Amino acid sequence: MPREGILVRTPYERITDEQVQQIHHASMEILKDPGLISFNKEAAEIFHSNGADVTTVSSGNNPCWLVRIPEELVLSAVDSANKTVKLGARNLENILIMKGDEPRVFFITGSETNTWLDVDFQTYVRKSEPATEIRVPEFHPRRGTVADLCKSAHVCEHLQTVDGYIRTVNIQDKDITEDNKDVNKFFASLNNTTKHVMSGLTSLKQLDNVVRMAELIVGGKEQLKENPIISFITCLVKSPLQFVEDTTDTFIEVCRRGLPVVVSSSPQAGTSAPIKEAGIMAQINAEVLAGITLSQLVNKGTPVLYGSVPVRARMDTLGDSYGSVETSQYNIDCVQMARFYKIPNYSTSGVCDAKVPGQQSSIERLFSDLVVTLSGPQFLHCAYGLLDCNAIFCLLQAVLDDAHFQMIKFFLKPALIGEKEIAETLKQIREVVATPQKMYIRHIRSVMRSGEISSPYPFEGDLANDNVFALAYERMNELLAKPVEHIDSVTTSKIFQEIPGLLPRLNVYEERR
Amino acid sequence: MSEDIIAALKENVIQGRKTIADEGIDEALSGKPGVVELTQSALDNNIPLETIIAQGLTAGMQVVGEKFATKEYFIPDMLASAEAVGAAMEILKPLLEASNIETKGKFVIATVKGDIHDIGKNIVAILLKGAGYEVDDLGVDVPTEKIVEVVRESKPQFLGLSALLTTTMLVMKEVVEALKKSGIRDKVKVLIGGAAVSDEYAREIGADAYCTDGFHAINVLDAFQKSGVQ
Repeated sequence: MPREGILVRTPYERITDEQVQQIHHASMEILKDPGLISFNKEAAEIFHSNGADVTTVSSGNNPCWLVRIPEELVLSAVDSANKTVKLGARNLENILIMKGDEPRVFFITGSETNTWLDVDFQTYVRKSEPATEIRVPEFHPRRGTVADLCKSAHVCEHLQTVDGYIRTVNIQDKDITEDNKDVNKFFASLNNTTKHVMSGLTSLKQLDNVVRMAELIVGGKEQLKENPIISFITCLVKSPLQFVEDTTDTFIEVCRRGLPVVVSSSPQAGTSAPIKEAGIMAQINAEVLAGITLSQLVNKGTPVLYGSVPVRARMDTLGDSYGSVETSQYNIDCVQMARFYKIPNYSTSGVCDAKVPGQQSSIERLFSDLVVTLSGPQFLHCAYGLLDCNAIFCLLQAVLDDAHFQMIKFFLKPALIGEKEIAETLKQIREVVATPQKMYIRHIRSVMRSGEISSPYPFEGDLANDNVFALAYERMNELLAKPVEHIDSVTTSKIFQEIPGLLPRLNVYEERR
Repeated sequence: MSEDIIAALKENVIQGRKTIADEGIDEALSGKPGVVELTQSALDNNIPLETIIAQGLTAGMQVVGEKFATKEYFIPDMLASAEAVGAAMEILKPLLEASNIETKGKFVIATVKGDIHDIGKNIVAILLKGAGYEVDDLGVDVPTEKIVEVVRESKPQFLGLSALLTTTMLVMKEVVEALKKSGIRDKVKVLIGGAAVSDEYAREIGADAYCTDGFHAINVLDAFQKSGVQ
């Protein structure tokens, strides 16, 4: 049985059907005029050979082509793209089935941050009352390592609400190079979680090694097609409207291998996209559709996700403001556009502007997690543990995020109101009203044990003390102490024999000797 | 036979099953006698009162308390068990009086005049009954004169006053003053509770204790017992 996710029965819609149509038509206009600049020759050739109007813009050291994509080519690609995408997993119970027209949400981690935030607790004494001590969390940033990535995958394996895993931290160990980064990040992730693993690629040269690693884990090429335990995310389009040379190469090669891939676009309203909602929406939709069109021209039927990471610019720095309310609005609009095309959506929430766990991070992420979930994206990249936009990962924050996703999942359970419940309740009301004390407490008990009552916040303090961080820290360490199901020793041995560049310290069986 | 009845009685207290109609927690007990039926059955089989109370009711409540402390049980479970024990005590009451076995004490409880809130008051009453106190619940919106009259007539060791509102909490002071005027203030310990009141307010109006909830009330009463208040 695949994972259930959470079905949003009546998804929140921010834009009307008419507005969806308006954005669609504007995007079609954009794809024709001005079209996209392609810095990738092969992409330009593929579009040209399929009827797009392609002209050379520059043929010097930095050649590029203007690609004008006709509407029929886009609509044909939308038509041939899979409406259901399966993301496999080492544990078959963790497989994710995403249907473009079904608002069933799966919560997934990511993205890659450079900084890992350590937490420790210092004890302070009150000056006026030396007998009173308080413990205060302190956060220490440092460069992320492959050991951190293992820890992050390990904890996310045990977090109930996490449905899939995107690497959370960029591995920057001294022995990690451009040539071995991909195999190590995929292995560290796959070896510590039995959930689906998605990642970007640092080097196209490593694609076949990564795919071979996945084949070894599942038992072969065909088995990987049947159970794609890995998938890729590529930002092939740089906003505004440019196919990037290297990531488009990667994208084309992933499509050729028929593995699931996210066409991701991340325009920033105000700088790389218009500041107005209509503008950023028309542009991001055009950019994603251009990528989807390319995927289908390369390999018809490539399982592709409509990936949207729109963001508004901060007015003070013109940096990203993932915590802004508009960012959630754009994401919800994108969910609706993807549903219009019936292509499963990769959406974004929970990325906050706050730099450390605290009140700001809680408010920003809970707000966007809740509203974007309510719109019913299929693949919600909801940034467990991410802080400072995309720069910092904190495992403690990921544990805190799991608690509020439990609340969101509970909130979205269907209402239990029906003839049977009404009849039972009427009987109960009549019974209780006839008693001297008129209390329903006795009837709580069976409901309490049936799972119909939501759990209290797991990190609730006592009386006047707020112990959220300390309790979440305890929980984090409990999860780290709980074993995970690693790849078996025989397969691990094969992987280490066949795949070059893997760090010996990642072989848990060798390390145990 | 007697041992089976007492074991079943204890188990049904733990399960919070007052009567045969209650569902409890263990579905296997559905349709089987609850605490009320088992208490009657124990009497019919001539099991001594002390055994019924100590090995059945009290032993069961002790387990409930342990489960509550470890968060296996929550307040609704505790209340269900206490309510079941309270119902058993009602059955045993005439026999206890006849055999001169004393309860833990008599407790009169009321929501004061002008206030109709009674959830907290009812919970306290159920818990105290379950803890072995003889509880006389006067209800809500009870006039001060009525409270004084009951204290004078039935001579309880303890009086519990409840008020939710900042306006009606003032009536508690009136009750304490009225008890003084009637010359019976020193005959009864006055405990107050409710969202609006506090430890400080209890001291201000001359009450003997402020209780945060029913469990706290049991602890306060037990402390009074230990210090010799009867």
